[in-house]
This record gives sequence, structure tokens and C-alpha cells, in this order.
Amino acid sequence: MIEIKNVSKSFGDKEILKGISAIMETGKTNLIIGTSGSGKTVLQKCMVGLFEVDNGDIIFDGKDLTTMNEEGRKELRQQIGMLFQGSALFDSKTVEENIKFPLDMFTKWNYAKKIARVNDVLDRVNLKDTNKKYPAEISGGMKKRVGIARAIVLNPKYLFCDEPNSGLDPQTSMVIDKLIHEITKENNITAIINTHDMNSVMEIGENILYLYNGEKEWEGTNKEIIFNKNQKLNEFIFASEFLRDAKDMRMLEQKGIIDNDRNMDQIMREGGANLVLGDDDKKE
Amino acid sequence: MKLFSSIGAYLLMMKGMFTKPENFKMYWKELMHQSVEIGMGSVWIVTVISIFMGAVSAIQTAYQLTSPILPKETIAQIVRDTVILEFAPTLVCIVLAGVVGSKIAGELGNMRVSEQIDALEIMGINTKSYLVAPKILGALITIPLLVVMAMALGIYGGRLAGSLGGILPAVTYDRGLLMNFVPKNVWFALVKAYTFAFIISSVSSFYGYNVKGGALEIGRASTTAVITSCILILFFDYILAFFIL
Repeated sequence: MIEIKNVSKSFGDKEILKGISAIMETGKTNLIIGTSGSGKTVLQKCMVGLFEVDNGDIIFDGKDLTTMNEEGRKELRQQIGMLFQGSALFDSKTVEENIKFPLDMFTKWNYAKKIARVNDVLDRVNLKDTNKKYPAEISGGMKKRVGIARAIVLNPKYLFCDEPNSGLDPQTSMVIDKLIHEITKENNITAIINTHDMNSVMEIGENILYLYNGEKEWEGTNKEIIFNKNQKLNEFIFASEFLRDAKDMRMLEQKGIIDNDRNMDQIMREGGANLVLGDDDKKE
Repeated sequence: MKLFSSIGAYLLMMKGMFTKPENFKMYWKELMHQSVEIGMGSVWIVTVISIFMGAVSAIQTAYQLTSPILPKETIAQIVRDTVILEFAPTLVCIVLAGVVGSKIAGELGNMRVSEQIDALEIMGINTKSYLVAPKILGALITIPLLVVMAMALGIYGGRLAGSLGGILPAVTYDRGLLMNFVPKNVWFALVKAYTFAFIISSVSSFYGYNVKGGALEIGRASTTAVITSCILILFFDYILAFFIL
């Protein structure tokens, strides 16, 4: 579990994070969402210690990162895996060397054992037979999967993902989301994911933190987000007509108004969910 | 003000390098890699520059020494001393500031922009000691060797130009090389080589490591690294000459 307590961070005169508090639960996919510039990446970088917080505490299972010395941080970071937005693979190393790098640095295993572990994680992310390829020779989705493989090769307790779906097609995005979710459950790790992707929010958002202009605006689950009453959150999540209709349909489903395909077809013929949902329903 | 904060950041980067390596074997591997990249990667250009530098020096010295009183051996002595004292350490290091400096700044800048440095930090690796220290040590090992090589090749270039151009026979040139030789000059050249090697590698690392932005800033950082290194090389060239000679 990671506990964020009253975290603030400024760059010069600009206050990016304004007293944010939240709990990232173990064994769950914790999502940080918000518009561009809302402070998601800064919060995540503060959590891993790449940025120093101005105020507040970041507590990893009882250990406060903000008061740790360099040695303590080094130790903690060996329990952290991170997938970067651009994957951050080492260009001059092959896929195999990229994943083997943390093992070379932090274990005394022999070569055979390291390669077995590399193949293990490559298999886990469905990337067999890419060992000898260079990052420039693989697709964006494959790079993300190699990034995940490198992040989990040392069996971390905490997995951070910065916009894992950026630049990917919807189908590949879902594969990546599913993979992160499965790995989180299998290894009982604390996953913290920054995302803009609404599919991710709906599919794997077990614990969602919505940031608006550097402040915590809303917190809940993907089940609760449909019925949330926060106007800013709704404007962000259901920004398009399509998503607003999808939300209305989901609400109708929940209310039992739509119980089968025939009913849905009928509603759509009659002008969509607007005919069925009253103003009060929409405000909810 | 910006100058002072840059100097402060540079000193902090230097201080940050001195930590216990996470895995000595990996650091050794990186040091060897950097030594090969910096040293072997510059052998060809240093060879070409040195031979031509010595050859031109011999021809121009002969052109200026028109007095029949001066023996031909003087040409060899002048070529030897100018190559050892100035051309090999300073000129070669200025060229290396361009070749090696831009490579170091570009490599680290690209790693910074593509978050590879952040990825290493997250793994719990001190990137200053893993990425910067091997580059500085590699430069300190290989650049003085390149300078010594440049001295030998520069003097040989002068000999070649002298005999091929009919300026002075090789035997006379060799005799001139042995006359009034001051061993301190070689020591002085090596002091300069170590100083310049440190300047080139550390200044370029500093600019590359602290790149903020994208591809454009990487280019800018490389250019700034080369310009700053060249200016510092010339400045310390003067300081060392003033205090040591």
C-alpha cells in the first residue's frame, strides 16, 4: 500500500500539486486520471522520488520516501518497476539485454538463470522470439510489453505505469491494460497507472483518483464513476457525445430499463437514451 | 547568476559520482566500453590530424628559416617542440572536444529526453556514477594516450614532409630531434592532456545529463558542450603554460 499525505509540489511560482492525499491499495490497479497539465505525471514522479515534494509524505508500506536517505531510496527502488510513456528502453541494447539489465545489476545469478528469467517474463507478456531484436525493430505495442517485462523482471512490489496506452490503437491498448491488470493480481502488487484512456478507466479502474488543476477532485471506482455527480469529472470522462450516450445506456442497464437487445434497439429507434432518462437521472 | 548556478550544478554532479557502485562488474564493463568508444573511436582522426600537423609545421618552419647560419637541424627541433608543447595536446584536444564531446553530450541528452536516465534511477542505480564517471575515467585513460600518439605521429609527419619535399634529409631531421631535448616538455604536455581530457568529458557530460526538452535541445547541448570545452581548453592552456613553463 502507498499512502500519499498532503503532497504539494511547485515549480517556481507555479503550484502543480496542491495538498493531495490518497491511498494506493495493494493488489489493485490504482488509476490517476486528469486532463493534460493536471499534475498526474508530477505526482507519479514525486511518488517514485524523481521529484522532491515541497510538503507532505509518501509512505510505502510504512516507510516514508520523503525522509529516506539515498541508500534507503536505492533499496526501495529495487522494489519498484516502472513503465514509461515512451517505454524508455535502452536503444543500444537488444530486448533480451534490456530485460536482463536489472538482473545483471542487482543479482548474482549465473547467465543461464538470468536468461531463463528473461524468457519467463517475455513469455508472460506474450513476446516470444524477440530476444535478439533491437527496440527500433519492434512496434510501439511490443515496446510497451518489453517495458512491462523489464519492470517486472525483479518481481517488484510496486508497479508504476505512465500513460501505458499513449500512441497505441484501441485493441493493443486493451491488451496492455489486461496484461497490467493480470500481473497486478497474480503478484499481488500495487499498480499505479496514469492514464487518459477511458477504456482503461472503465475496464481496470479499481481505485481511481481524479486530479483537476493540481487538486484531488474525486476518488472512487470504475463502478462508481458512472453515477458520479461531479461535474468536472463528468466533463472530462464523458467528453464526447458517444461516451455520454454510452453512460446513459449503462445507467439504463443499471436501472433495469434495458434488459435485452430488443429493448435497446427500440430505445435507439425512438431517439436514444434521452427519451428514457429524465433530467434528474442525468444529474446523478 | 546563471553562470554560478551552472557551476554549482556541475560541482554537485561531480560530487554525486562518488558513491559505492551497485555492481562493480557492470561499472567495469561500462568503463571498458567507454574507453573503447572514446579512444578507439578517435584513433583515425587523431592519426590524420597529427601527421598533417607535423608535416605542415616542418614545411612552414623551413619556409621561415631562410638564414644560412641556422643549421637544418633547427627545423626538426622546432617541429618537435611545437608538436609536443602545443599541437599534440591542445590542437588534438580541441578536435577531440568536437568528436568526443558532442558524442557524450548527444548520448546523455538522448538518454535524458527518452527517459532512459529516469528508468535507471527508478531501478535504484546512481546514474551519475554509472553513466558519467565511466566517461570521465575513460577519457582520462585514453585521451593522454592519444596525445602521446599524436606527438609521435606529428614528429614523424614532419620527418616525412622534410624528406619527401627535399627540405632536409631524414638523417639530419633525426639528429635535430635529439638536440636540446627537454624531457619536462613531455611531462607538461601530459599534464595538459589530463586536464583537457577531464574538461572535455566532464563538461560534455554535464550539458548532456542536464538536457531539458527534445531533439532541438540535444543539438543545442552538444554545441554548447563543444564551445564551452574549447574555451576552457584554451583558458587552461594559458594558465598551465603561465604556471608550469
